[in-house]
Amino acid sequence: MTGLLTDLFRPELGFLRYALLAGALAAPAVGVVGTMVVTRRISSLAGASAHAALGGVGLALFLQRVLLWNWCTPTLGAVAGALGAALLVGIVTLRAREREDTVIGAVWALGMSLGLLFLNYTPGYVDWQGYLFGNILLLSASDVGLVLALDAVVLIPAVLFYNSILAMSFDATFAELRGIRVELIYLALLAITAFTIVVLINVVGIILVIALLTLPAAAAGCLTRHLWSMMTVSALLALLAVAGGLLASYCYQLPSGPAIVILASAFYGIALIRHRWKRSRGASV
Amino acid sequence: MENIVEISGLDFGYDNSEPILENVNLRIGRGQSGCIVGPNGGGKSTLLKLLLGLLEPDRGRIEVFGRPPREARSRVGYMPQYHQLDPAFPATVTEVVLMGRASGGQWGRYSRTDREAAAAALAELGLADLGRRSFAALSGGQRQRVLIARALAGAPELLLLDEPTANIDPGAEEQFYATLDELRRRMTVLTVSHDLGFVSRETDLVICVNRQVSVHEAARFTAETANAVYHHEVNLIKHDHACFCHCAGGHQP
Repeated sequence: MTGLLTDLFRPELGFLRYALLAGALAAPAVGVVGTMVVTRRISSLAGASAHAALGGVGLALFLQRVLLWNWCTPTLGAVAGALGAALLVGIVTLRAREREDTVIGAVWALGMSLGLLFLNYTPGYVDWQGYLFGNILLLSASDVGLVLALDAVVLIPAVLFYNSILAMSFDATFAELRGIRVELIYLALLAITAFTIVVLINVVGIILVIALLTLPAAAAGCLTRHLWSMMTVSALLALLAVAGGLLASYCYQLPSGPAIVILASAFYGIALIRHRWKRSRGASV
Repeated sequence: MENIVEISGLDFGYDNSEPILENVNLRIGRGQSGCIVGPNGGGKSTLLKLLLGLLEPDRGRIEVFGRPPREARSRVGYMPQYHQLDPAFPATVTEVVLMGRASGGQWGRYSRTDREAAAAALAELGLADLGRRSFAALSGGQRQRVLIARALAGAPELLLLDEPTANIDPGAEEQFYATLDELRRRMTVLTVSHDLGFVSRETDLVICVNRQVSVHEAARFTAETANAVYHHEVNLIKHDHACFCHCAGGHQP
């Protein structure tokens, strides 16, 4: 343990410090957004958004290297892809009354395919596995800044409009009858979810990002009886999962994304078993 | 008499399909209450959604408090069926009832007035002790009462209840009917029921919905009238001022 602590301060392990810092700072946003994703049941929509981010990354890298548009960074592309996909699915299901799961499946696969296609025509080396599974070696000070921006974007509206968000999540029809702009809040939630996904992609990767969003929140849902406490507990569990997963991956040479997700799954499993056990004994939470 | 609800010549159908409601005319004055009855798929829920301004009629006119339903929403309380909601949602009873005080553009915490109104609504439904309990941990009947309290918290003048009697806990019927009776004295209450539900005062209306709408005074509502709406045998039990009606075929569990 002391060896680990001294390691953390070694200059060549800057990436580990950045990863821990980014993960810890992302926890509040993960707690709030994850809770919304779980209670509003939009985890597959979030999955489509994450995979469509690769489409954006591919296009951005292609434009950057082929057309030499230097401002077109992969992060910008990922935001555009994830945001576009989330809003597309949201608007299509609100307006056109299409089957939501069909639209989600289409956007999910199309985003991924476009991404791989663009990367195929992009000259030079591209670490596409890093996007899929996360690459904490790539984390830098600018990523930590991005995480702080994410916290602001998530926490400020969540605190200010908590009551409207609670009413909308519990019963959207009733909230609309009370004059709450339900569709506006829903689309804002989708946009914030997309932004959160992009920030988390560097830590755990496209494929595992949904797990990091939903598992701590699902575990917290078993332990709490308020939306705000579910958000708080979810943030704490996300923090534990990221920190524990990163340290385990460093100590035992494991890939970091899977280590984080397996820890988060364990939290959910334990919370679920405890919840069932308490309920079977007739105790109310 | 001031009209609470006025509908004339209303048609409605979903996206070019068969009309759900045809040539509906309905007038409910202040002081009147009613029970909306009819078979499943007959258009009861659709009528409710039209009254709430969640749907727009294809033809005809609908007014609530003399205005388009959307503009009257703040004066209308609505209780949906609880099983349309997520049974595991993390919220306490008090938090749910406070949602009845929510309004657009509002931010920050609920005011003291809001909290007092929510507490009063809880007390009226006999739920004062359950305020801190989790909504998810309640029985079906308790949840239904919490949702009525939520509708009451907004101080409505028209109360729309979707199947309020479907999940009453055994033993709590008498008190529940007394509460509803008390509410009918203060405001117009329209209850929707897939069986004939109950109608409790002489001035109450029985609003039969089966694509067309016919209105009967409760006092004159007979088994023959009910049979004509349902197209099959209906049991009608009258005692005291209350008239409990149950549908004999099909719908009863």
